Amino acid sequence: MDPARRQPVVDVALQAGAVRVGERESRAKALDRVRAWDTAFRLLTRAAAISVLVILGGVILSLFIGSLPALQAFGFSFLTEQRWNPVTEKFGALAPIYGTLVTSFIAMLIAVPVGLMIAVFLTELCPKWIRRPIGIAIELLAGIPSIIYGIWGLFVFAPFLQDTLQPFLIATFGNVPVLSALFEGPPYGIGILTAGLVLAIMVLPFITSISRDVFEAVPPVLKEAAYGIGCTTWEVVRYVVLPYARVGVIGGVMLGLGRALGETMAVTFVIGNAHKISTSILAPGTTISATIANEFTEAVGDLYTSSLIALGLILFVITFIVLSTARYMLARIERRIG
Amino acid sequence: MASLPMASLYASRRRRNAIAMSLSLIATAIGLGWLVAILGVLLWQGFSGLSLSVFTEMTPPPGAAGGLLNPIIGSLILTALAVAIGTPVGILAGTYMAEYGRYDRLSSVVRFINDILLSAPSIVIGLFIYEVMVAPMGHFSGLAGGVALAVIVLPVVVRTTEDMLTLVPNQLREAASALGMPRAYIIARMCYRAAKAGMITGVLLAIARISGETAPLLFTALNNQFWSTNLNAPMASLPVVIFQFALSPYKDWQQLAWTGALIITIAVLALSIIARALAARK
Repeated sequence: MDPARRQPVVDVALQAGAVRVGERESRAKALDRVRAWDTAFRLLTRAAAISVLVILGGVILSLFIGSLPALQAFGFSFLTEQRWNPVTEKFGALAPIYGTLVTSFIAMLIAVPVGLMIAVFLTELCPKWIRRPIGIAIELLAGIPSIIYGIWGLFVFAPFLQDTLQPFLIATFGNVPVLSALFEGPPYGIGILTAGLVLAIMVLPFITSISRDVFEAVPPVLKEAAYGIGCTTWEVVRYVVLPYARVGVIGGVMLGLGRALGETMAVTFVIGNAHKISTSILAPGTTISATIANEFTEAVGDLYTSSLIALGLILFVITFIVLSTARYMLARIERRIG
Repeated sequence: MASLPMASLYASRRRRNAIAMSLSLIATAIGLGWLVAILGVLLWQGFSGLSLSVFTEMTPPPGAAGGLLNPIIGSLILTALAVAIGTPVGILAGTYMAEYGRYDRLSSVVRFINDILLSAPSIVIGLFIYEVMVAPMGHFSGLAGGVALAVIVLPVVVRTTEDMLTLVPNQLREAASALGMPRAYIIARMCYRAAKAGMITGVLLAIARISGETAPLLFTALNNQFWSTNLNAPMASLPVVIFQFALSPYKDWQQLAWTGALIITIAVLALSIIARALAARK
């Protein structure tokens, strides 16, 4: 480079307008200012990163403080009692906890096998040209807001179930000794089963897209080796792909479970909001999130509000455990893939 | 004779394979068909109620004709507020994790917590904002709704910013450093520029995520039957209005709920497609 054009960096910075200084200010001063800005920016980003921690801490702390009155009034029985009576101000969280767990269980029971099979189809069977469109479609569907699933569940799916699946279940299992209790009562349309099915449809795209990603991360050499010794596609999936991707798949399933547990709108529409535990999955019930969504703005009295916040705390603790397990497992497989 | 058991073994393996593969085909057909069915009903129900008055009139009292103007505007305001609050903080936090503290302890803790926040139940975020804003202020407000949505925007932006900045090649940073450029300028003038498309994608995805969020708004922004742009008062939003109208017994309201659902879905799909196109162009 021409020596005359070689300039110190500060001059470059000055000329480029990166630093604005008056003519009288010395270069040292400009350098100081640059350094100050540099430090300030670093501290600013650090503060922003810490704010993420502060928010999570704030969530836990505020929920805990908000739920103190209820926890003091009911103690441990809040977790074990079924009663939920705003008039006498006696509250217990058992029915919503039960509803949350059962609806999520039904959802996972359906969504996991179906999601895994779709992922198998996408990675092993599907012709190349159609693979991307289906993959994108599934990812787009994962982004559809839950309220859409809720309104569809209420107006289309629940009446449909009331006319078809539920009478069928009652007729088929009505006389089988143990199962009859599970399918007891009239077909309401809305209820635990409907909520579980809507949740299954909702988490299906999540589970599918994560399992597809982990399946695709299986080294082709492994699969080729298995094919090379004469394995069928199913045997490759069963004995090579699934064992290799196991941790990732479990992580994805837990992530889906976390969604299902905390899902509010899709469930609130179709659960029926009844504070009781019935053996029948056709009966209306409630979940933690649906109870909060339905009752919070109408709750009068500190104890009622506080009980609802305590429900929120329980939900947060459950999902926190599930989600951190999921993240831990997904991080493990990410490390292995490198 | 000796080949007979082998042949039957082959046949059974082949049969098992055929069964498994057809099951996966059926699963795909059912899964996709179901999702297509939902969209089909939504399009059908939504379009049959779509007219110009939806965008020009206020939400009606039961039994009267009306539109969704105030909730649409409310949603836009709340979204803008959430992005205005959540994006800068998210970008700065992501910057710290990718640029300053890529390998330090703080970053890995923040990364973990951020992933938890990313999929935390949104109704819990609503309760949190209720506790820290609505209860002390004594009333529901659009501001609280915007902050609640910002808490949902934040982790999405943090995640994408960090990922995108990590993709910027280190040689670029080294080259800039060798010229004597201070760290802050390297980041602001070079890294951000290189990662721009990806970061915008993150913000778009965050907007798509919050535009359908209902749960955190239920007890922060609440709802408003009337035209209001006052951030200090309850504010209408599309998702909450859909929730209220769909559960009402009135046919007009239910129709408006379907139309609102269609508008949200189209907005969300459009945002995700634009975001994906932007990301793919890189």
